[in-house]
Amino acid sequence: MNETSDFLLEVKNLKTHFFTDEGVAKAVDGVDFVIRRGETLGVIGESGCGKSVTALSVMQLIDSPPGKIVSGEILFEGEDLLKKTPTEIRKIRGNDISMIFQEPMTSLNPVFTIGNQIMENILLHQHTDKAEARKKAIGMLELVGIPSPDKRVDDYPHQLSGGMRQRAMIAMALSCHPKLLIADEPTTALDVTIQAQILELMKKIKTDIGMAVMMITHDLGVVAEVADNVVVAYGGKVVEYADVVSVFKDARHPYTRALYDSIPRVTDTQKRRLETISGMVPNPMELPEGCKFHNRCRYARPVCESEEPPLIDVGNAHLVRCFIYHETKSRFFDDIDGIETLRKKG
Amino acid sequence: MFNYIVRRILQAIPILLVVLTLVFLVVRVLPGDPAVAALGDYASKDAVLALQERMGLNDPLWLQYVRFLGNLLTGDMGTSLVTGYSVGKQVVQALPYTLTLTISAILFGYIFGVPLGISAAVHRNSFIDYFNRIFSLVGLSVPAFYLGVLLMYFFSIRLRLFPVVGAGDPGDLGSLLHHLFLPALSLGLIMTAYVTRMTRSSLLEILREDYIRTAKSKGLAGRVVLYKHALRNALIPIVTLGGLYAVVLIGSSVMVEIVFSRPGLGKMMVGAIQQRDYTTLQSVMALYTVFVVVINLLTDLIYGLIDPRIKYD
Repeated sequence: MNETSDFLLEVKNLKTHFFTDEGVAKAVDGVDFVIRRGETLGVIGESGCGKSVTALSVMQLIDSPPGKIVSGEILFEGEDLLKKTPTEIRKIRGNDISMIFQEPMTSLNPVFTIGNQIMENILLHQHTDKAEARKKAIGMLELVGIPSPDKRVDDYPHQLSGGMRQRAMIAMALSCHPKLLIADEPTTALDVTIQAQILELMKKIKTDIGMAVMMITHDLGVVAEVADNVVVAYGGKVVEYADVVSVFKDARHPYTRALYDSIPRVTDTQKRRLETISGMVPNPMELPEGCKFHNRCRYARPVCESEEPPLIDVGNAHLVRCFIYHETKSRFFDDIDGIETLRKKG
Repeated sequence: MFNYIVRRILQAIPILLVVLTLVFLVVRVLPGDPAVAALGDYASKDAVLALQERMGLNDPLWLQYVRFLGNLLTGDMGTSLVTGYSVGKQVVQALPYTLTLTISAILFGYIFGVPLGISAAVHRNSFIDYFNRIFSLVGLSVPAFYLGVLLMYFFSIRLRLFPVVGAGDPGDLGSLLHHLFLPALSLGLIMTAYVTRMTRSSLLEILREDYIRTAKSKGLAGRVVLYKHALRNALIPIVTLGGLYAVVLIGSSVMVEIVFSRPGLGKMMVGAIQQRDYTTLQSVMALYTVFVVVINLLTDLIYGLIDPRIKYD
């Protein structure tokens, strides 16, 4: 089987740094992942772990200066986006790859109608006239479940609620049937019922038009709901990467496990104190030496402070960036309680 | 929309009344007397008294006030205490000189200020930006009348390109424009400085908005993002603050008219103050109040055209 032809997006060793007066912020510092056609990749991590910067790097919407993609490759259908001219990139943006953002309240332009903003996208990338584009825009609004779309098309963003605006955003992003949709925390700003509706909608449209989705979130529930594969990001790096079942049932990285332990469960019958992850997300200006998580990790050994663990395959394409699974370094961990629970399933 | 305009005009009536009352009282508190001003310091007491009687200055204050308002209601601005001519006629003669001056200065400010501000914002921290910032700073610091004197010195006296003073031959458009240029430039440069500065800061702020990123993510070309998505939003504060500054500009126009001996309302007003010409002063002040009210109304209407979130009801 020729696997590479399956890859829609392939990100290799991406490094996006911000050069500021205070120093260099390594927001994304060597990220690798692939998205196959029709796949949904969940990217999870705390604020500041580099999720959004990764997405903006793919779109090449990093503000430069101070931001700069210092190395790596972003292959979209086999072609490196970083080698394309701005004009070529603009033909891909909003057409083959489109993006929806976290803040529906501020992501739409307040002085143009939503119809105008959706039509703008259609007119830019498709050879249609205005009447046809308007018809398509109304069709998109209907698709995303906005009632009486033929009237709503002439509404301004301030006339819509947050959930409706996010639907309009989705309609705009999907208006040219992109092959890849990057959703940067699309439901974070919405309340829970609207959140569920939007996720349901995205799942439905995804199957209808067969696009791939990169779903960025800090909400594990969202990832469990929609993702096929999951990337766990920490300190500008991928620390765990596997299919969604493995990541949820068989999390290996101490950070991923700590994330789970900090979520309350419906099945908690006894009173349980919620676990927290001590310390703070590292400042991208001063990332620690060695493993980026070592200063918050309860399994950390001296080796973690000096050396950066590689991504290790623990079987079934389940990748983990931790020395616990390292052939030679793992001996440092033998005496630690609880390590067996992490390792036994391997 | 129509109701809104009518309501705004009705709202202007109390404002006008308050201003008129204040002006009426203030001019009478001023030291000096129109009769003395007209006859000179060495006039006899009898002559002054006789003139005061003729001017109606010996009537009780309330009677003068009622007469003044009553006349105004019928559209009669009264007669000048000093010249005896109809104030209304004088105002009609002076008005075009002031209007052409201020309107051309405001237009000048927007026509040059907006593009300058855009270039400064787009090329932030470049040479263009620094030049614009220095220009704005100087423009906002120099008073219009001083700038007027400088321009007059260079262009009229040194280079002899423009007339020194006056407003030109009323029948000759070329001559009128020739005389308008320098006074309009002195006011217009200051307006340009203000508009440039506002455009720059407003646009820089808008360019950081989320919807600009959205527009870029659609694959729109940079100039579409700038001129369609960013500028339309940036114009909102430019118009509102520009309207406020236009009011300030009217104040400056008085001084510029004096410097260039332009026979406009400003010059008329200053003359009236010097001669304690109560009736003329009252009418001119009333007219300036109307200007301010109209500019504010226009600002609000234009604001509504640009920003769909504004509703008139």
